Amino acid sequence: MNARTLLTMALAAAVAAGPAVTTALAAGEMFVPLLVYRTGPYAPNGIPLANGFNDYFNLINDRDGGVNGVRIAFEECETQYDTKQGVECYERLKGRSPVLVNPFSTGITYQLIPKAPGDKIVVHSSGYGMTASADGRWFPWVFNFPMTYWSQASAFVKYVAQQEGGTDKLKGKKIVHVYHNSPYGKEANPTLETLARDLGFELTLLAVDHPGQEQKATWLQVRRLNPAWIYVSGWGVMNQVAVKEAAAIGFPMDHVVGNWWTGTEADVVPAGEGAKGYKSMTFHAPGHGFKVHQDIFKHVYDKGKGAAKREDVGEVLYNRSIINAMLDTEAMRLAMTRFGNKPLTGEQLRWGMENLNVTEKRLEELGMKGMLRPLRMTCENHEGNGTAAVQQWDGKKWTIISDWIEPMRDVVRPKLEAAAVEEAKKLGYVMRDCAKEK
Amino acid sequence: MIYREAGQFKTSYASDQAIFPIAQDRAVVLLALAAAFVGPPLLASEYWLQAILIPLLIYSLAAIGLNLLTGYAGQLSLGTGGFMAVGAYAAFKLTTAFPQVSIVLVFLLSGLVAAGVGLVFGIPSLRIKGFYLAVATLASQFFLVWLFNKVAWFSNYASSGTITAPDRAVLGVTVTGPSATASARYLTALALVTVFALVAKNLVRGRVGRSWMAIRDRDIAAEIIGVRPLRTKLLAFGISSFYCGVAGAELVFLYLGSAETQAFDIGLSFLILFMVIIGGRGSILGSVLGAVFIVLVPIFLTNAPHALGLRLPVALQKQIELMVFGGLIVFFLIVEPRGLARLWQITKEKLRLWPFPH
Repeated sequence: MNARTLLTMALAAAVAAGPAVTTALAAGEMFVPLLVYRTGPYAPNGIPLANGFNDYFNLINDRDGGVNGVRIAFEECETQYDTKQGVECYERLKGRSPVLVNPFSTGITYQLIPKAPGDKIVVHSSGYGMTASADGRWFPWVFNFPMTYWSQASAFVKYVAQQEGGTDKLKGKKIVHVYHNSPYGKEANPTLETLARDLGFELTLLAVDHPGQEQKATWLQVRRLNPAWIYVSGWGVMNQVAVKEAAAIGFPMDHVVGNWWTGTEADVVPAGEGAKGYKSMTFHAPGHGFKVHQDIFKHVYDKGKGAAKREDVGEVLYNRSIINAMLDTEAMRLAMTRFGNKPLTGEQLRWGMENLNVTEKRLEELGMKGMLRPLRMTCENHEGNGTAAVQQWDGKKWTIISDWIEPMRDVVRPKLEAAAVEEAKKLGYVMRDCAKEK
Repeated sequence: MIYREAGQFKTSYASDQAIFPIAQDRAVVLLALAAAFVGPPLLASEYWLQAILIPLLIYSLAAIGLNLLTGYAGQLSLGTGGFMAVGAYAAFKLTTAFPQVSIVLVFLLSGLVAAGVGLVFGIPSLRIKGFYLAVATLASQFFLVWLFNKVAWFSNYASSGTITAPDRAVLGVTVTGPSATASARYLTALALVTVFALVAKNLVRGRVGRSWMAIRDRDIAAEIIGVRPLRTKLLAFGISSFYCGVAGAELVFLYLGSAETQAFDIGLSFLILFMVIIGGRGSILGSVLGAVFIVLVPIFLTNAPHALGLRLPVALQKQIELMVFGGLIVFFLIVEPRGLARLWQITKEKLRLWPFPH
């Protein structure tokens, strides 16, 4: 490729992504800021996430003319997965009166949670963020459906128990948690520790410091410990390094399970053949075989407005991102049934999020049948009733290999409620009475 | 013509030794200060206060702290982020343990804790100098951040290891925590920077500052004329860490609201060091100018294409921003290796002669 083609490509990319950046907010529009990271050590994961949002919103705007006629205006802001830059982005884009923000980063979510009630902006950390915020009685403005880190970790343990042939077989088994040394990576630890106590497996926590390019010492420890299972909570460049290192020490890859942020194409492709058999948690199906993808191809890519490369549509994180965008727009749609087909306020959208009920039938209408499970929110439970599954990399593509796994809600929920009290106390919140809101 | 001291006679030692001996300087500084206290809270949007001015003030304070150590006492330090973390975690522990204690007092106490830690990590400076000292202080950076990450006690056993600033009031006005207004936090930060800049300015003009500079310029000569290296160097480390500690506490309490150790990584240490180098080593004004440069230029570069109506993809824009920013740093260092403060000084000298340079 010579310089000229590169330049042409760069220009083409600039033109293609141009419409993504709109400046003025027309009447009858709702603004959604996108805090993305297309550069830096987290870009491999940040790019598909950002692309999915762009494409889904463009689809809604171009195919349906917006949500019930209200177009979605959106603008990207580069955070590099850095909390300070993320807060700067949030404050800057707040000037365009958004009603919803998807931080795409647990660190940034922690920053935005205290601001949400004052700014009246819904924080939707879909499958990430602060686990305790799933208690809607304490955190009315924060949503982390379809599932929290804690539920996810419990689903992982359940899966391991299934594979080992029963919960009692876990006794004495060694499980290692290799995690990104940040609020994100640490989230799963309390649940794993509780379950280790209850079920009698030996848990070892191994932290990997940001950005995670250097993990030799960690995997040397893994080798010494020789655990039965490894759970990885990584992000960005850390993921591919972890997968490569696991393969390099000759660990059986089908006993390495990433959490759902540690299992997209970009994480396994660099490890080549070595990544074969690697597993990860997920809450939706991979691939571009769903009707929604055909719509995206038809209405977005065929018009040259696609944010990603055509062949990257259907990557795991891309799909997660369009699901996240779908849940947001569905909440808008629901809020509009009550408040009218006009741009919503933060409070109105909050109501929509809280009463969201995505049924099997609705998923079929959206072209996402089989892509994820129906989801229902309540005032108390902002995590919803999500279920997890395990997917496996066969060297070419991801395939779901397990049934849908119910998290151990009886273990997670009491802990979560206790943590919510703890976290809310720090912020000086008072508990609201959900019975009165019906 | 305007900026000329002709006719201003100094008739006492006090007027000769004033911080700003020239009346115009005094007027400008006082006006600027008054404007800073009154203007932004009334005029600036929340974005300006929250995302630009508050971090600017906090970084200025940290840069002043590092400038005392690196610019005045000549001890190169890469431990700034670590000392700021000490201040932040100390403030968090203190204010959660003693909620009734005034937050300003908590800031000062956490500065003292940071000063204590700084003293300990300053001890190697007696034996090692220059780049080797930088490496030794680098160890403190990594050790402190690791410590706060490892020991859950520091974050009150929060599962995520995040520390959150609770609501605290000064004179009945909430200045920290989620319910504090941006103006209140801005004014608190500004008041602290003003007081500490004044203290720093007076420190460096007096005996302490002079002994620092003596050590910086030639430590053996300084020792011969009676400056005690142990005391002087440790004092520099202590006071510098105090400033950094207060700045670190402010970073969490007035700016971020909640933070984990990631906020105090090595990048922060480098950032503050760049502020000192670009602003001007051995200058209080330079520390502030350096902070202005480092905080404002990237934000300007991010917003400039947008304001011009250019619609660039965010990734490209970020990369352009990094390149232009790096280029500007190199440019400024070539044009004026002694920093922005020196540029300002040259401007002042030129202004004095203007419009008749000969």
